[in-house]
Amino acid sequence: MDALAPLIAASMNAGTPLMLAALGLLINEKAGVINLGSEGMMLVAAALGFAVTVHSGSPATGFLAGAVAGALLAGVFAWLTVWLGANQVACGLALSLFGVGASAYIGIPYVGATIQASSWGIPGLEHIPFFGPALFQHHPMVYGALLLCAALGYFLYRTRAGLVLRAVGESPESAHALGYKVRRIRLAALLFGGACCGLAGAFMSLVYTPMWVEGMVAGRGWIALALTPFATWRPARVLVGAYLFGGITILTFHMQALGVPIASQLLSMLPYLATILVLVLISRNINWIRINMPASLGKNFNPNS
Amino acid sequence: MKGTMLRKTLYALTAASAVALASPAAAEPLKVGFVYVSPIGEAGWTWQQDIGRREMEAALGDKVKTQYVEDVPEGADAERVIRDLAQQGNQLIFTTSFGYMNPTIKVAKQFPDVKFVHSTGYKTAPNVATTNARFYEARYVAGMLAGKMTQTKVVGYVGAYPIPEVLQGINAFTRGLRSIQPDAQVRVIMVNSWFDPGKERDAALALLDQGADIVTHHTDSTATVQAAEERGKYAIAYHSDMSKFGPKAQLGAVTHHWGPYFTKEVQSVLDGTWKSNQVWGGFKEGMVALEGFGPAVDDELKTFLKQQEDAIAAGTLNPFAAPIKDNEGKVRLADGALDDKGLNAMDYYVEGVVGKLGKN
Repeated sequence: MDALAPLIAASMNAGTPLMLAALGLLINEKAGVINLGSEGMMLVAAALGFAVTVHSGSPATGFLAGAVAGALLAGVFAWLTVWLGANQVACGLALSLFGVGASAYIGIPYVGATIQASSWGIPGLEHIPFFGPALFQHHPMVYGALLLCAALGYFLYRTRAGLVLRAVGESPESAHALGYKVRRIRLAALLFGGACCGLAGAFMSLVYTPMWVEGMVAGRGWIALALTPFATWRPARVLVGAYLFGGITILTFHMQALGVPIASQLLSMLPYLATILVLVLISRNINWIRINMPASLGKNFNPNS
Repeated sequence: MKGTMLRKTLYALTAASAVALASPAAAEPLKVGFVYVSPIGEAGWTWQQDIGRREMEAALGDKVKTQYVEDVPEGADAERVIRDLAQQGNQLIFTTSFGYMNPTIKVAKQFPDVKFVHSTGYKTAPNVATTNARFYEARYVAGMLAGKMTQTKVVGYVGAYPIPEVLQGINAFTRGLRSIQPDAQVRVIMVNSWFDPGKERDAALALLDQGADIVTHHTDSTATVQAAEERGKYAIAYHSDMSKFGPKAQLGAVTHHWGPYFTKEVQSVLDGTWKSNQVWGGFKEGMVALEGFGPAVDDELKTFLKQQEDAIAAGTLNPFAAPIKDNEGKVRLADGALDDKGLNAMDYYVEGVVGKLGKN
C-alpha cells in the first residue's frame, strides 16, 4: 500500500498533459479540423509559460501565457486552413516543426533557470491516509483537466452549442445551409484546442518537470494526437487513455526498480500497447466508431463555392 | 540597396582572397571546427565539449581560430555540416557524437588533407582519430561516495538504454558502492531515451519512493538531480557539475574533460606531427573526474576519494578486477582484470544490481 499512493499520484501527474492536449484536439476534430501542430504548440507554450513565470514569479500568469500562445498559433493555423483553404495535414506538420525551432529560440535564456516548486493540497482531504497523498495533493491544473473533461462531455452531448459544433464536423454544408457560420465555429474550436495544448505545454514546464529545456515535450503532442481517435472522440475515454498511458509508464518504472524479470525494452512498449489495447476493446463496436468519428474530418469547407 | 550590398560583399570577398593569397600560410591561425549534437545549454555532454573547446582556445591563443555548429542531428544533416566545415578551410574537425561516425568517415575520404577526431565511435581512417573517456573509472569512485553516504543501502540509477557504455557505468558504480557497503544494492530504471526530462524525473521519483536515498543518472538532463533536491535526498550528477540545480542534493558529479586532449591534438596538427590515434582516457589522462562535492561531503571523505582516484590513475586499483560475478550468480571473470574488449562487450549486470537485461 505504501508504494501504491505515490504510484497513483505520479500516474495522474503524467497523464494530465496528455489529457489536456487530447481534449483540445478532440474539440478541433469534432468541428472537422485536424491540427497536427500539437507538439509545436505545446513546446512554444512550455517555453513561453516558463519564461513568463520566471519573470513574473506567478505560475498562474505562466499558464495564461501558455494558453494564449497556443491559441495564437492555432489562430494562424485557422487562417491558413479555414480561410485560405490550405491543406490541414501540411499546415499542421509545418506548425509542429515551427514550434520546435521557435520554442528553442525563445527558451535560450531560460535553460537552467529554476522556478519555485510549490506543494498543493486540498484542505481537509490532503491528510487522509493513502487517499490524501494519492489523490488530493496535486497541482490545481490536474483537477482542472478533470473538470474540463466533464465539462466537454456535457458541452458536446447536452448543449445546443455542442450540437452545432458536432454538426459542423459532420456536415459543414448542412450547417452552412442552416445559417451557421462554419468558418467562425471552426476558428473558435481551433482557438480552444490551441489553448488546451498551450495549457498542456505549460503544465510540462511549470509542474511536471519543472524546468525548460529544448524539446522537453518529447513527443507527448503526438501521443495526444493518437489518443483522440483511439478514444473514439469521447472525452471520458480520453481520460481513461491518458491516465492509463501515464499510469503504465510509471508502473513499468516501479517494476524495473523492483527487479521484475522482464527486459526494459519490453516494458517500455507496454504503455503504448496497453493503451491501444484497452481503448480498442472498449470501442470495438464498429458502429460506435462510425457514429463518433466526425464525417468531415480533415476536409476544408468553402462557403462560397 | 540590394545592389550596393552585393557589390560591397563582392569587394570584401575579393579583398579577402587577395589578402589570403598574399600572406604566407604560416601566419594564418589554424582553423578548427566542432560539430555538437545538442545546443550547448548549461550542462551536459555538449556543454562539456564546449568547455574543452574554450580551454583549448585559451591555451593556444591566436594560433587557432575555432568555429562550432550546435544542435546538428545525427543523420544526413551531419554529413552536410561536416563537409561545410571542411570546405570553409577547417584543418581539424571534432565530431562529438557517436552518430557522426559514418558521415565523418565519408567526408574524411573526400578531404584527405583535413584531420578529423570522432568521439565515442570505433571506425578510423588515416585522417580520422577517435576519442572517448573512461567514465566508469569516475563512476566507481562515485559508487564509493554513495557507499559512504547511504543510510538505506539502496541507491537508484536512472539509465538511458541497456548498452555497454551505460552498463559499464552501472556496474562500476555498483562495485564501488559494494566495496564500502557489501550488502547495498543498486536499483536501475531504463527510460529508453537519452533525453526526456519528464520521464527521467518520474523514474528518479519512483526510485526514491522505493527506498533509495541517493539517485544518479546516465541520461542528459538535470531532472534527476532536481527531483532529489525537491525530495530532500542526495544525487550524483553526470556530465556536468549540476550543483546549481541541486545545491543541497548533489553529493558530487561524474564529469568529463576535453580541454587538454583537444589542445594536444591541435598542437600536433600545428607541429605537423598529427597521426590517427585512438584515445580512451580516464583519471590518468585527466579526462574524467569526480567533482562538485556538496556540503554533505566532509574533507576526510574527499581525501579518501582522492586517494582512490590516484590509485586508479596509477593502475593499482581497477574497477573491474576479478572476480566479476553477474547478478544471476554466474562468474564472468575469474582472474585478472577486464580488458577493453570485455568492457565494450558488456551485456550483464554485476552482483548487487536489481534488474534484468533482455537476453540476446
